[in-house]
Amino acid sequence: MDIQFILYKIILIVAILLLSLMVAMYSTLAERKVAGFFQDRLGPNRAGIFGLLQPVADGLKLFMKEEFMPANADKVLYIMGPSLTMLVALLSSAVIPWGGTLIIAGREFALQVADVNIGVLYVFAVVSIGVYGIMIGGWASNNKYALMGSVRAASQMISYELAMSMSIVTIVMTTGSLSLNEIVTQQQGMHWNVFTQPIGFVVFLICAFAETNRAPFDLPECDSELIGGYHTEYSSMKLGFYLFSEYINMFISSAMIASLYFGGYDFPFMHDMGLSHNMVTLMGTAALFLKITFFGFLFMWIRWTLPRFRYDQLMRFGWKGLMPWAIANMVLTGFFYMLFKK
Amino acid sequence: MLSLYVFFFLSAVTLVSAVMVLLSKKPIHSVLYLTLTFFTLAGHYIMLNAQFLAVVHIIVYAGAIMVLFLFTVMLLNLNIEGEFQKSTVMKFVAAIAGGMIFLVLIGTLKSFDVTTVGDPSMTQIGLVKNLGKTLYSQYLMPFELSSILFLSAMVGAVMLGKKDKN
Amino acid sequence: MNQDQKKISLTNRSKVVSNKKMTLMERFYLPAIFKGMSITASHFFKREVTIQYPEVKRPFSDIYRGLHVLKLDDEGRERCTACGLCALACPAESITMIAAERKEDERNLYREEKYASMYEINMLRCIFCGDCESACPKEAIFLTNRTVPSEYERADFIYGKDVLVEKKDSRIDVSKRQTPEVLAFKQDKSKSHNN
Repeated sequence: MDIQFILYKIILIVAILLLSLMVAMYSTLAERKVAGFFQDRLGPNRAGIFGLLQPVADGLKLFMKEEFMPANADKVLYIMGPSLTMLVALLSSAVIPWGGTLIIAGREFALQVADVNIGVLYVFAVVSIGVYGIMIGGWASNNKYALMGSVRAASQMISYELAMSMSIVTIVMTTGSLSLNEIVTQQQGMHWNVFTQPIGFVVFLICAFAETNRAPFDLPECDSELIGGYHTEYSSMKLGFYLFSEYINMFISSAMIASLYFGGYDFPFMHDMGLSHNMVTLMGTAALFLKITFFGFLFMWIRWTLPRFRYDQLMRFGWKGLMPWAIANMVLTGFFYMLFKK
Repeated sequence: MLSLYVFFFLSAVTLVSAVMVLLSKKPIHSVLYLTLTFFTLAGHYIMLNAQFLAVVHIIVYAGAIMVLFLFTVMLLNLNIEGEFQKSTVMKFVAAIAGGMIFLVLIGTLKSFDVTTVGDPSMTQIGLVKNLGKTLYSQYLMPFELSSILFLSAMVGAVMLGKKDKN
Repeated sequence: MNQDQKKISLTNRSKVVSNKKMTLMERFYLPAIFKGMSITASHFFKREVTIQYPEVKRPFSDIYRGLHVLKLDDEGRERCTACGLCALACPAESITMIAAERKEDERNLYREEKYASMYEINMLRCIFCGDCESACPKEAIFLTNRTVPSEYERADFIYGKDVLVEKKDSRIDVSKRQTPEVLAFKQDKSKSHNN
């Protein structure tokens, strides 16, 4: 625990937090641009070139809006809701390996905030408490629509979390570790998990959509039936927190998908190009961000393609559709693992 | 030294939030205080170097069970006016049951030998690898039995949830 | 019933909805999802139809029915004689006027002995159907390809002569609307409203 190490960790934490916020900020613009292109429109293009200043304008607008609190709201919980959502959204970036190691002045620094040996479980824990922000906010608003939204969020999150963890269990089985760093390291050299775990990947992807409350699983907010769901009564930057954390969650989910199934910072011919160690690491990080960008785009692509599920369809799909597939995948993986590895 | 302060802080928060579970007027607040209690308990697990247990504790209790609690309490819309009056018999039985638990706790604490616990940061039993090995070798039988218990509970829940044929 | 529906279909693209049981492939959802995604992806690369409004303006048709104008004749005299046919023809009853007799010294202002001392159109009531235009026997009122701007007060939407009568030095061209066919239609008494 020398001073160099602590300094490095602090720099890394701040960098990753800023990065998450920046990415989320520009995801909002990207979402609107992508939506525009999908609908034969242009999307925002007035603020700055290509609308690059649009997120700033949006943020400014949200700050300027009237801060409104319903008369019968539970004051403490009303403020706690969005703060908790934001906090939890930012927490999960800690265990994701953003790259290999950098060698600075003869010392090796890992591009990961915390390489805990329960990384995957940590992400699950964070995701599972993510629903509290939505539930508390929805209940504290003292609004029927908001309550409906938070009740939906709770049951949806719990249902899809199961299938999600089931699909990850297979990865833990083949990797033999819960550490995300270990999982990524074992995929180096194009041994990506998506090739061995296609079913698990699809299940995980669908569950990731459900966990981030993105369309077609956006029933908790559901503008057309619940006029915004859990954040109906929110305005100004509190609403901004809710909307913003959705994009952070999207970013983290994309990073998780990339790390768990697409080799994280691995890219083809990584060590055959004769580059220096630091260069390879930086290119690996770039590759990881390329993958994240692709999955972020996929999130948007799906949102602007598929209509929303009906609530009973959502529940049936989660329990009767995804769960059996996840369990079957687990059994199959165990079978093949015993067959080939022993 | 630092860990001692952390321990005192965590314990204080645990105790205060546990008391607040009982004292708060709104059921939702009670549930949230209970969640906070679980979080601080998870903190204690981490201090005992049992990270796996801590995270599973958060996932299962804070993440799933308390969410369901919150869910139910939200839908029930409990409030002080709607609280039904308990009968004297009820109160009597409740007092006896509570007293029994209290006695059991005191009895356990009395027979508990503090010196058997070593330095928690030295034991590696809470780490996921060691825990898995212990569970699947030394405690295989109870582990599998409890899984059967959970399975039967699941089947029972499905049976209750199934629609009546007539 | 399905047969009848087919008959009245105008585009021949209507589909009969059925709740048939899905095949195994359909129940997988994924093929359908990929199909939908390919459709949206194809739109991603299509040309955008957006018109950058303040810089580029979508041209109005020459016979667009927008804000009214009360025309002056070639010598700059008002053509309207306050006959009231436009107000009568108006389905929304948005036109009202007061007739007055022309004074001797107003010969250069009004073409005929009778003129409208007050002429108002309520733009909130007007439906821009153009019936006033076709009813007018004096070629005095026309709809133009200008739009009614937005206002903050309801009263501001009641347009008087100060807005409606065209200015002498900035005449509004309505020759596109006055084709020979239109004039012939107006002269054809058998198509008149008043018989």
